[in-house]
Amino acid sequence: MATFEDVVCPICGCLCDDIVATVEDNKIKGVKNSCSISATKFLNYHKHRLTSPLIRKNGEQVPVNLEEAVEKVAEILTNAEYPAIYGMALSSCEAQGLGVELAEEVGGVIDNQTVTCHGPTALGMHDMGMPTCTLGEVRHRADLILYWGSNVEESHPRHLRRYSVLSKGRFRKEREERKMVVIDVRKTASARPADLFIQIEQGQDYELMSALRMVLQFDEIEEESVAGIPVEKIEELAELLRNCEFGILFFGLGLTMSRGKERNIDAAISLVRDLNKWAKFSIMPMRGHYNVTGMNEVTTWQTGYPYAVDLSRGYPWYNPGETTFVDILRRGECDAALIIASDPLAHFPKDVAQNLCKIPFAVIDPHPSVTSLVADVVIPSAVTGIEAEGSAYRMDAIPLRLKKVLDPPSGIYSDEELLQMVLEKVRSMRG
Amino acid sequence: MELLIKNGVVYDPTNKIDGEVMDIAIKGNKIVDKVDEFKAYVIDASNKLVMAGGVDLHSHIAGPKKNTGRMLRPEDHYKDFELKTKVKRSGGGYSTPSSFIIGYRYAEMGYTTVIEPANSPIKMLHCHHEFRDIPLLDKACFVLFGNNWFVWEYLMDNKIDECAAYVAWVLNATKGYAIKIVDPGCVEAWKWGDVEFLDILWGRPETIDEPVPRFGITSREIIRGLCKVNKRLNLPHPIHVHANGLGTPGNYETTIDTMDCVKDLAEEDRPIMHMTHVQFNGYGGSDWVNLRSGAYEIMKYVNVNKHVAIDLGQVIFTDTTTMTGDGPFEYRLHRLTKNKWTNADVEVESGAGIVPMHYKRSSSVHAIMWTIGLELALFAKDPWRVFMTTDHPNGGPFINYPKVISWLMSKEARQRILNKIPKRARTKSNLESIDREYSFYEIATSTRAATAKILGLKDKGHLGVGADADVSIYDIDPKEIDPSKDYKKIRKAFSNAIFTIKEGEIVVKDGEVVKSIDGRVYWVKPDLPSDLMDAMESELSEKFEDYYTITMENFQIPERFVARSTPIPAYYG
Ligand code: SF4
Ligand SMILES: [Zn+2]
Repeated sequence: MATFEDVVCPICGCLCDDIVATVEDNKIKGVKNSCSISATKFLNYHKHRLTSPLIRKNGEQVPVNLEEAVEKVAEILTNAEYPAIYGMALSSCEAQGLGVELAEEVGGVIDNQTVTCHGPTALGMHDMGMPTCTLGEVRHRADLILYWGSNVEESHPRHLRRYSVLSKGRFRKEREERKMVVIDVRKTASARPADLFIQIEQGQDYELMSALRMVLQFDEIEEESVAGIPVEKIEELAELLRNCEFGILFFGLGLTMSRGKERNIDAAISLVRDLNKWAKFSIMPMRGHYNVTGMNEVTTWQTGYPYAVDLSRGYPWYNPGETTFVDILRRGECDAALIIASDPLAHFPKDVAQNLCKIPFAVIDPHPSVTSLVADVVIPSAVTGIEAEGSAYRMDAIPLRLKKVLDPPSGIYSDEELLQMVLEKVRSMRG
Repeated sequence: MELLIKNGVVYDPTNKIDGEVMDIAIKGNKIVDKVDEFKAYVIDASNKLVMAGGVDLHSHIAGPKKNTGRMLRPEDHYKDFELKTKVKRSGGGYSTPSSFIIGYRYAEMGYTTVIEPANSPIKMLHCHHEFRDIPLLDKACFVLFGNNWFVWEYLMDNKIDECAAYVAWVLNATKGYAIKIVDPGCVEAWKWGDVEFLDILWGRPETIDEPVPRFGITSREIIRGLCKVNKRLNLPHPIHVHANGLGTPGNYETTIDTMDCVKDLAEEDRPIMHMTHVQFNGYGGSDWVNLRSGAYEIMKYVNVNKHVAIDLGQVIFTDTTTMTGDGPFEYRLHRLTKNKWTNADVEVESGAGIVPMHYKRSSSVHAIMWTIGLELALFAKDPWRVFMTTDHPNGGPFINYPKVISWLMSKEARQRILNKIPKRARTKSNLESIDREYSFYEIATSTRAATAKILGLKDKGHLGVGADADVSIYDIDPKEIDPSKDYKKIRKAFSNAIFTIKEGEIVVKDGEVVKSIDGRVYWVKPDLPSDLMDAMESELSEKFEDYYTITMENFQIPERFVARSTPIPAYYG
């Protein structure tokens, strides 16, 4: 029996790095410090696996050897005019770098799950910048913690305890020294631990933020309520924000994916900027997939842009709204794809998903998915962070090392190794 | 492979070679005495300028702040991109170039070693990730220690040995190269948004003796403490200091105080402090209206005090991105310019800020800044302690180095700019009255020999036998050209080396990258008595998780995560 300490949990953007895993006979027998999502994953990751490479022949996915599958992937990408490589928010940074390289080699688009979560956050940042900090800063200093459009208790179960309201910091030892505010359209599980819950009308985030900014500047608001919230309550909130020492605004998909999108983010950043006149105030997106932050980082240092990068011109070109995987599928321009550790058919709008079904595409994934069922080639991969090592970035961009605690099933390789094989194959085909 | 560079006009200040026509022989990755002329690949360098590969000791090329700068500025990339070729990856960015093209662009200018000057320990893995994707350059990274709680606690208890052990542990764990100190005390204050404290300090000479709220330590104590630690560890590079009060009128006095605060710790004639991007810390006057250059006063001090070395942080009139570990300064700049702003405070140890900036010739303030950098260089009596940088990208992107070289070498080139800046700016500095022009020998000193020396990289920056075979050849005949008049030719030649040789391989030919190889990453592996280390580590492990949100084990970066890892030993004592 072997015990692995300081294992990094490869699930959500909290990237908790204190998991203890016990391994016997190449199986995980138990985990400590995990939340329930994490425990479930560690104990069940080996179930429902893809076991063999598959290629669709005469309409059926049939098992083939790895070499044939890699060759087929390379062929699909090489024969395409405008291919895309998509996903990798659940891959290591080392694999992600190879994904970008492959997209450059075949002259296609490299994009990731940011397009369906925090794309607007990136755009907001391009416009305004982003005053932020690491989670340890929140832990040590924050006396006002605001979750906006994020059901943190369900999406990031250990966030409160490890990094925010319930954590113990140098300057904040007790729960009473902090105020927690939750703003959401529903009274979610995260509202329970909050000192103040504000229920906002669907799609009214921008209005509420503008009202808050006005109140902070001591402007009069004519209406009796904004976003379904009485003005007195908005004033109360504004006072809380203004009078804290160190505030943090965590925001989730409730803000990025509701009406307004990047306008919401611009408003949130403006609000935080304003608040710095009275208090130290920071803002941080609640990133979901454990290494979507890493994918943004890698894509940025290699190409200059965080997602939706078009490399078909021989240099990086970026114009979200035109160059995302969703955009090029919707317009019917994308003619082949490689999808890595992602299930776009389950998440994309219907018209886009339909277009994906019309083109040849391959999937690399440890597990079967809606997308893998339709794919022309499927290559099973190791579960990164359990069966393969590498790097990942926490939601606050702290890089951590994912651990390999046991071997993948025989004949199964990591994303990193598989992408290297595909890249080499593509290069040999192109001569 | 063997290589023979024949009949070049060689400038190699380390070996006191001043424009001698001679051959340079290369075998493998080293300079050797001679090679067989008939077997070797011969480069005819007659009437060409030959120098060691350039060594830049302060340029923000990798890590979290650099990458956030890229993310912040897509507009910086649209207009400046590079195509993929057979040997090159594609990329883009003028002031925030993507990783691969940083390597290409430096190599095309004949540079072969570049140091990233500021990374947070907890995020160092990020720096190593990007280093892996910067080809053609040898690299190293300075680590931020000036606002680190562990350091402060040791120093407040006067535990220099324990502090040294801690610093050694961090350098080893993060694979860092030197101690960087940024705006000591103020970064912690800014983490509380303590603008009042910062307002008291900024631009006042008393700055370095003001106790930091909640802690009580002063900037002087931090700098002196880390200077002692540095000496005890015998690190190859002295403490690298970004002084308090950066970017504030009147700050030149703080700068002098800061240099002076370690004077008594000096032994021999060796610098024990490197004061960085001094232009930004060289302002006289009391506000932006009566701003004047403080370069004269600073250089009066530097010229007679051999315990300090400086680099310029020269300003270029262009659009760029400021990025520094000095979060409070960037916040001020944001309030001043209204430009977009990113802040990134890092638990326990550091922070950073980023604001885009356009330096305009028509602005008196910017023009005075421009004169200060050049004055610093031109007042320098000893080019071995004064190095050319733009603090890339803070003063301007590194690809503007050839411009700076031409300004240093030609009064006429400077005068052309002086004629175009506001009159007021001209009267606020001495630049116009300075006749001095740098020689090729001095340029070679300031951009290679001296920087390699102060970095402690013994095989870099020169062409003696045993040196690394990093060589640049430029298309100028030093015997023919008059740099004073032909400054445009100087600029052109230094922009595109006709040959850059890295570790004995031709990587640039006629100004174009023809081959891409990976560079080394240097880091310091200090060797300390094990009882001292053990005691420190066990104490550290008790506090570690109270301070950080990651574990002590995960803080440490295994060597296999470092591209071409090249540890350099340092001996305690
Ligand atoms: S909070 Fe997220 S990272 Fe932490 S253990 Fe749970 S799923 Fe894993
Ligand atoms: Zn700098």
